[in-house]
Amino acid sequence: MHSPVDRPIALALRGLSKRYERPAVDALDLTVYASEFYTLLGPNGAGKTTTLRMVAGLLRPDAGSIHIDGIDALADPVAAKQITAWLSDEPMIYDKLTPFEYLEFVAGLWRIEPGVAETRARELLGWLGLAPHAHERCEGFSKGTRQKVALAGALVHDPKLIILDEPLTGLDAGSARQVKNVLLERVRAGGTVIMTTHILEVAERMADRIGVIAGGRLIAEGTLDELRRQTGKGASSLEDTFLTLVAEQAA
Amino acid sequence: MNSPATLSWLAGHEMRLGWRDWVALMTAGHRHRARTVAIALVVFAVFMHFFAYWIVAGYADAMLASDTATLVGVTGTLILSWSLLLSQAMEAVTRTFYARADLDLILSSPVSARKVFAVRMARIAGASVMIAVLLAAPFINVLALRGGARWLDAYGVVAAMGAVATAAALALTVALFRTVGAKRTRLIAQIVAAVIGAAFVIGLQIAAIFSSGNISRFTALQSQWMLAHAPDASSAFWWPAHAVLGDARALMAVVAFSFALLVIAIALFSGRFGEHALAAAGVSSTVVRQRRWSAAFRRRSPPRVLRQKEWTLLARDPWLISQTLMQILYLLPPALLLWVTFRHGDSYVVLIPVVVMAAGQLAGGLAWLSISGEDAPDLVASAPIPTGRILQAKIEAVLGMIALVFAPIVAVLALDALFAGLVAALGIMAAAAAATLIQLCFRTQAKRSQFRRRQTSSRIATFAEAFSSIAWAGSAALAAGETWHALFPALVALAILGGVWLISPKS
Repeated sequence: MHSPVDRPIALALRGLSKRYERPAVDALDLTVYASEFYTLLGPNGAGKTTTLRMVAGLLRPDAGSIHIDGIDALADPVAAKQITAWLSDEPMIYDKLTPFEYLEFVAGLWRIEPGVAETRARELLGWLGLAPHAHERCEGFSKGTRQKVALAGALVHDPKLIILDEPLTGLDAGSARQVKNVLLERVRAGGTVIMTTHILEVAERMADRIGVIAGGRLIAEGTLDELRRQTGKGASSLEDTFLTLVAEQAA
Repeated sequence: MNSPATLSWLAGHEMRLGWRDWVALMTAGHRHRARTVAIALVVFAVFMHFFAYWIVAGYADAMLASDTATLVGVTGTLILSWSLLLSQAMEAVTRTFYARADLDLILSSPVSARKVFAVRMARIAGASVMIAVLLAAPFINVLALRGGARWLDAYGVVAAMGAVATAAALALTVALFRTVGAKRTRLIAQIVAAVIGAAFVIGLQIAAIFSSGNISRFTALQSQWMLAHAPDASSAFWWPAHAVLGDARALMAVVAFSFALLVIAIALFSGRFGEHALAAAGVSSTVVRQRRWSAAFRRRSPPRVLRQKEWTLLARDPWLISQTLMQILYLLPPALLLWVTFRHGDSYVVLIPVVVMAAGQLAGGLAWLSISGEDAPDLVASAPIPTGRILQAKIEAVLGMIALVFAPIVAVLALDALFAGLVAALGIMAAAAAATLIQLCFRTQAKRSQFRRRQTSSRIATFAEAFSSIAWAGSAALAAGETWHALFPALVALAILGGVWLISPKS
């Protein structure tokens, strides 16, 4: 396995700041490398979602810079969005469209060649177990199925950077495994994933590196072993490590 | 003491929920606006009393032993108002059936579901009666002020109308459930409610158009044919009218009959209410397979993809179509007037503003759906398309739908009188564009399912939309009359747009 620093940078945040009534993200510096599965952890209100929404172009930062695959996302948002996908915990799909139509709509927004997009859509529908429901309207789908449709939408335009905010919330074990497998497959194929989650077991098993954010700042970063060393708790679980890091920051 | 799970305890719970719903509706969820809303309601009530004075003050001397013409006039007005109440009540009953809300809690609790739903039906009836009384109050007060306290009996008739409307709405909705099933009832009930609400007004207007070539509904009520075919003055059919005119015996009979009907309806239907509500809740998990003309992905530009999506979503949502149906239904009388005018070659001054007004109102609704009612805002915002281009595509989708609806009317007009057709086309475009721009200025993030409540989220947008449409309609009417005074209402409409832009939230 290559060391992260050998790889090109997929996402670089420098001095990123966003303030509402208090700072939500405070001069955040973060680097995610290509083909990396990066997990962002943090307590509620730490600034994880705000950070990711700024990266996805859904929020304008007050200060700082965002570079996605070398593209200045604030100066050229359209080019940055072309290679980025965003998926939130609440699947945002259209009840009156079928998964097939939804994917055609997304492919149209990203200007993907119809032939290429259709092949990819059929593959994704198959991988995610959605093929039998491809021509049924989404209105009757369970949350898990809706989330899988939304994930297929995020992947149909073959993004280089996939940003996911709590994508496994509310999924059953089978659906969660399907989603995790698809994401790992994307990373193996050269894609980069940055994901927030409250399910520490997922971060422990899937992430190449983990960033811990609190108070809008990155308080720790590294592989699971590096984080353990940082807290001085050699064989502890990620949960213990995470809680120690957050408690240290709060103190 | 109000023991838990008793009828009075449940009624208290329902009243509290009803009150909070009403406050939220009035204040658009901002409790700090309560004082402003209270002041606005008082101002509105005063205005309505002046308006009522202008309309009904001349009828205050109508006597108990009235002639058939008076009885026909009063009864016609009562039926007109009742049809609107029935429409509202059907809407409320359907909403109660399909709102999942606390259904699981109610049905899993040890309280009798029949009891709970009986109270819920009574709440709907209470709301209907209250709406009826509030709407009628200015008119009754003015009549009582001018013609004496006997007019206060009309309050009883209005309350009775609310009770009968709820009983009829319950019967109609349950009948729909049993005949067409839970899946189709919501749509059909919405359409029936819209048609009932508009049918009587439109029917009278159509009758008036055919009989005398004008659009006033009172022309048909006072026609010789109507008076000749009306029941005898001693018929029980006129009891509500007699009650309104101050006959105490008629009033007691009408009130007793109406509330007895309501109690019977509640007793009959409350037992099956939970069953129907459960069936309605299951509708969302039914599978709808969609056929496609083409099995392959099609090559389309992002703006075209966005426009197509808007049209597809609207075409597949009969509930939303039924919500906008009223505005289209009201186009029927103008269209008929157009036909009559076409035959006689009269002026279009009456017709054009109605069409322009309808275009503005319809465009406002469609623009809200397209711009604010985006169910996947993050997806669209994260797509590699400039924001301006996204909005442009959505505006094009709205104007495309307006063109589709109004092009036939404009075409018929233009065939008869090119200038009138041109004025109508320009008026429609201006009113639709202005309503769309107002919605753009006050855009929010909402679910399409919240369409019914869109007017409460921004009252400024609602009023601006209405006044803008009225101004463009006025301008079109004057332009059709070939006077340069048409510029004045057009300038007012532009000023409204300017004002909207100035006070709209800037992101």
